[in-house]
Amino acid sequence: MRRAKPTTIAVWTLVALVGAAGWTVLAVSRGEEVSAAWMVAAALGSYAIAYRFYARFIANKVLKVDKNRATPAERLDNGVDYHPTDRRVLVGHHFAAIAGAGPLVGPVLAAQMGYLPGTIWIIVGVIFAGAVQDMVTLFFSLRRDGKSLGQMARDEIGVVGGAAALIAVFAIMIILLAVLALVVVNALAGSPWGTFSIAMTIPIALLMGFYLRVMRPGRVTEVSLVGVALLLLAIVAGKWVADSSWADAFTLAPSTLVIWLIVYGFVASVLPVWMLLAPRDYLSTFMKIGTITLLALGVLIALPDLKADAVTDFASRGDGPVFAGSLFPFVFITIACGALSGFHSLVSSGTTPKMIQKETQIRVIGYGSMLMESFVAIMALICATVIDPGLYFAMNAPAGFIGTTVESASHAVTGFGYSITPEQLQAAAKAVEEQSILSRTGGAPTFAVGMSDIFSQVIGGKSLKAFWYHFAIMFEALFILTTVDAGTRVGRFMLQDMLGNVCKPFRNVSWKPGLWFASAVVVGAWGYFLWAGVHDPLGGINQLFPLFGIANQLLAAVALAVCTTLLIKSGRLKWAWITAVPLAWDATVTLTASWQKVFSDDPRVGFFSQRDVYSKALDSGKVLPPAKNIDDMHTVVTNSTVDGLLCALFALLIIVVILDAGRVCLKAVRHPATTPLRETAFVESRLVAPAGLIATKEEKAELVAAGVGGEGGSRAEGPEAEPTGASAGGSV
Amino acid sequence: MTAAALVRAARRFRWFWRELSGESAYERYLAHARSHDPRAKVLTRREFERRRTDEREADPREGFRCC
Repeated sequence: MRRAKPTTIAVWTLVALVGAAGWTVLAVSRGEEVSAAWMVAAALGSYAIAYRFYARFIANKVLKVDKNRATPAERLDNGVDYHPTDRRVLVGHHFAAIAGAGPLVGPVLAAQMGYLPGTIWIIVGVIFAGAVQDMVTLFFSLRRDGKSLGQMARDEIGVVGGAAALIAVFAIMIILLAVLALVVVNALAGSPWGTFSIAMTIPIALLMGFYLRVMRPGRVTEVSLVGVALLLLAIVAGKWVADSSWADAFTLAPSTLVIWLIVYGFVASVLPVWMLLAPRDYLSTFMKIGTITLLALGVLIALPDLKADAVTDFASRGDGPVFAGSLFPFVFITIACGALSGFHSLVSSGTTPKMIQKETQIRVIGYGSMLMESFVAIMALICATVIDPGLYFAMNAPAGFIGTTVESASHAVTGFGYSITPEQLQAAAKAVEEQSILSRTGGAPTFAVGMSDIFSQVIGGKSLKAFWYHFAIMFEALFILTTVDAGTRVGRFMLQDMLGNVCKPFRNVSWKPGLWFASAVVVGAWGYFLWAGVHDPLGGINQLFPLFGIANQLLAAVALAVCTTLLIKSGRLKWAWITAVPLAWDATVTLTASWQKVFSDDPRVGFFSQRDVYSKALDSGKVLPPAKNIDDMHTVVTNSTVDGLLCALFALLIIVVILDAGRVCLKAVRHPATTPLRETAFVESRLVAPAGLIATKEEKAELVAAGVGGEGGSRAEGPEAEPTGASAGGSV
Repeated sequence: MTAAALVRAARRFRWFWRELSGESAYERYLAHARSHDPRAKVLTRREFERRRTDEREADPREGFRCC
């Protein structure tokens, strides 16, 4: 054993103390305002320890990453999709691909239970489950030429597990798109400023698309600078529109916005990629990275005080207005992205493994990027808890709970145990220049208010508050709309693939009638849930969000089951717990949540008991609040039936995948010879590159010895051999 | 900081940015194609960028971003 240097020990002791101090203050403070600095300290301290020790242990001891083994990027290098990419660049790519609206929405909703449960789950969850899932999936996909999760499930578990995984991905896509679209509807309804700014992103993207296609292909930077400038102009211009006679034209009711979104989703997904999707993708990615960086700086500079309670009464009573159900299991499915997100396994298998230089880099790319996303979730939680709790509940409780006037909302909030006057509610709306901020459910507006609070403390003061609010709304809506477009395409592709087995012409994915039909089906499916969510008298977000959470955690269960199976099949039974324990936890949480959603006697939680209550009332011709008429009653009955059935389907899929994986694992333990591993054969690597972001002393010496620059590159074999990786960096 | 160090930092940033935004994809493709055969027929930038975007059309799962 190599002895650690005294300075190393001192540094890590200090990091541990900082983290521990953060946790202690968060845990013992009650009834006083706590600075967000403690939350940041607890998060960063824990991340550092986890990255240095746990992730390293998994990479070196469990997975035994091999720096001498050539990665798919090195072996299959074609200069386009397979190519060894600098690790620092790839961290950026991977992070941009995994972080989206998810980590900004879930923590805001979970803040109804106070800041402590969310903080604990985001930090502990990412360390032991989320980041582990991302890294291990990345590793196994890397050893299989970048195969997707679905393919790995089929190859390594079997046809049944593979099919269940495929259905899970499709179902999740539909629910995800519906929930995200609902977030946008709730943020833009009745807001001419927001609606105008978002509408302007379409012509801006078309312009950029035309420029990149026809005028100067590939010049992303210049056109993106123009795009971002126009985007900022669109936000500023939104205020002018809202104050002008055009305001009415951009003040849209939720049901109108639903129709626009459905039309947009269909048209955008059948247009060529270059027109709308590709330029939008650039815009939303740059906005995302820029805003997240700004937010991190804002939080660190302002270090605001948390106004929410550490743990609210809703955590144990389970009757919260934002979403129903008690802390266990519902906090753990509400916060998916940021702690454990099944969706990431789709990015970790597929795109990223085709670009990694060295196996040793999976720690920084897989584990490190996920820690960054987790920190985004912590910042979202900070945004939701620095605002007044009374305002938080007025914004996040559906109209069925708090009514539609500031007076009724103030009254209802008092009933929740908090206080806010009608005048304060009016002033809060005025500060961000909205007509009303009541029942703006879905997380985005709350996040935007919190972010504008923090930003205006740093720059601009009160005068810029409305601008920052709409900036945040724009930034979330922009990448949600990009996801709506891209997700519809992915759903369509999967559907075309499935239909192709039945009807041959569908196999050709560019066959226009098939393409339009499949697009219409996918848009119709998420459009249905969006429509139902907007018209649900009980509130769309609190009905649909649990479904989204369950679906996402179901996908995580698939990924963790595949990882566990592979660990066992590759003779790592002793270490299988590193994914088996998170799998057990994930399965317990998800199955308990589905069980309660299906069988609970509490009509606020269980879909079917809710259905019973409303259909019995319907039989006797009664109208139960918050429904206002018989039509509303029918809506509740239909929605709760559909949601309940979906929940049951998700639970069934998890059970199928786990049982099938369990069968294969058992077989692998008993008769190892009968369960062959489908790993690509070892090829000696010629690339030399550091593992972490910063090269260590030994790595630097190795780079020099190999005759390549600081970027890493191929070991020169002959005098004229050009080091490929170095030429990318050396040409600067 | 000396001027030379500043220039070096700016160059590194430019390199990093072009890699991250994909602007250097064409140069990478050229370098790759030429490293095998210096006189290989290569696509023009226009053709290359078109092909790159249109590939996403064929399989939208490439480059999909998460929620």
